[in-house]
Amino acid sequence: MATPALETHDLTVTYHKRPVLYGVDVTVPEGSLVGIIGPNGAGKSTLIKSIMGVVPSSGGWVKVFGKSLKENLHRVGYVPQRESVDWDFPVTVMDVALMGTYGRLGLFRRPGKEEKRRASEALEKVGMLPYSNRQIGNLSGGQQQRVFLARALAQDSDLYLMDEPFAGVDAATEAAIIALLKEMRERGKTVLVVHHDLQSASEYFDRLLLLNMRLVAFGKVKDVFTPELLQKTYGGRLTLLSEVADRAAKL
Amino acid sequence: MMDYLTLPWDVLGIGAFWLILMAFLVALPCSQVGSFLILRRMALTGDAISHSVFPGVVVAFYFTGDLASPWLIVGAGLAGLISTVLIELIHKRTRVKQDAAIGISFTSLFALGVVLLETMLGKNVDLDLECVLHGRLGLLLEDETLPLLGQMVPQPIIVMTGVSLVTIVLMALFYRVLLLSSFDTGLAASYGYRPALIHYGMMFAVSFIVVAAFQAVGAILVIALLILPGAAAYLCSHRLKTMLALAALHCLLSAVGGLYIHVWFDTNMAASVVVCGAVLLLLAWLLGPVDGLLWKWFKDEPEHPDNETGDKIVTHSACSH
Repeated sequence: MATPALETHDLTVTYHKRPVLYGVDVTVPEGSLVGIIGPNGAGKSTLIKSIMGVVPSSGGWVKVFGKSLKENLHRVGYVPQRESVDWDFPVTVMDVALMGTYGRLGLFRRPGKEEKRRASEALEKVGMLPYSNRQIGNLSGGQQQRVFLARALAQDSDLYLMDEPFAGVDAATEAAIIALLKEMRERGKTVLVVHHDLQSASEYFDRLLLLNMRLVAFGKVKDVFTPELLQKTYGGRLTLLSEVADRAAKL
Repeated sequence: MMDYLTLPWDVLGIGAFWLILMAFLVALPCSQVGSFLILRRMALTGDAISHSVFPGVVVAFYFTGDLASPWLIVGAGLAGLISTVLIELIHKRTRVKQDAAIGISFTSLFALGVVLLETMLGKNVDLDLECVLHGRLGLLLEDETLPLLGQMVPQPIIVMTGVSLVTIVLMALFYRVLLLSSFDTGLAASYGYRPALIHYGMMFAVSFIVVAAFQAVGAILVIALLILPGAAAYLCSHRLKTMLALAALHCLLSAVGGLYIHVWFDTNMAASVVVCGAVLLLLAWLLGPVDGLLWKWFKDEPEHPDNETGDKIVTHSACSH
């Protein structure tokens, strides 16, 4: 069997002695596009943060392409939530895309021609190259998210963990992002995406990870996108019904 | 008119140059590290440190009896770190929020410094409260001088030149680390940068710079030097490197302007520099090329990216589906 892109065993995270994520065992094969879904407070963001080591885990281990995260750090790209940064920060679109190359540069080497080329290419891919000299605060939400994706592309990793890339973006950007994700999968990349919208989840991803503090299920969409498992994830009929009602109201 | 412009040089001679240089050299490292404090939303922590280094200085002075001793810097650095640890402890372990925690730790430590000063050192020492509050920049010309390149250079200038150089070299070396960790802690952590290490390293640097600037401008005005240049530059630029350069320019202009105010009105030199800096900030706010109020008044509406409106409409319609 080929080495899985990501393997976690008994991954547990506690905040102030209260567990928020319990013993998550998951093995993600290379080249899959995975949606992480679950209700609010299910620990979706915490899961990818703890895989990345951004949030310390209190138990269990993580392996990336068969090795510890530290040994394979440069093969993993992380896209934080868009709201997690200050968009008034005095940097340009190009500066942000260049940050994607910092990981491989180490602490002191400066980005050179090669890094700038990679950043430009990444911006081109998400259609943001014409904006490279613009201050990031002058962008719309969708454009900001594209810049974040360009930064991830510039990282040139093999495994990507993305925290809600579809939050607050317009329909055009959403379509562009999903096309990009599918193209990345074609090139053999593995992508895990925290996702909020149940409805589109089954169309966008080929595997789903259902999470509610514990791992409820992980597998191909046709196997896990079932009423029983969704009900188990979203904690009973009531929540699920209100979800559906919400969606109906939106339509 | 010409008389006014040449007055400082008529009165002080080369001393006018030393005063400007000293004010600039004190403000420069403060402005650079202060710019990052502003971007990290830690301006208040900078205030806190500038006050809480005081007990560290007093204790170190008690043991060494020498105001120029490097132990003062170590003492100040430790006191600064203690104050940041104290802030973290209070707001993580109790229900008191961070702003209140800052208020608690720096006032207590500063007061502790005053009590220690008066009990341990008595009242007849170089390190007096007057100097702690207002600084002794104006007394620069009475300080010891050392011969350097055929000039008699006041000793504090040599010290501050060193501090400025060390600060700028460190900032250049860690520029990208500071940039990324200030902008996006999550990504920085995913690259293996240690956020806590960077935080405390930065706090130690602030303590070190503050204690160097402390003797020149005092504990209160040093806050102004940490925040004013960076804030004024922030209003004028959307690029970090430009912002840092403008902050340095702000220091130079404040130093020159401060000297004129000092000589014309016979006022405290340190306070004059800060007043001048504040006026410059006001000008930046009114005339700044980026957010300047004046330009906004001239334009019919604030500038927007060409397709901003288009995107917004799409967003709204996407939400309603």
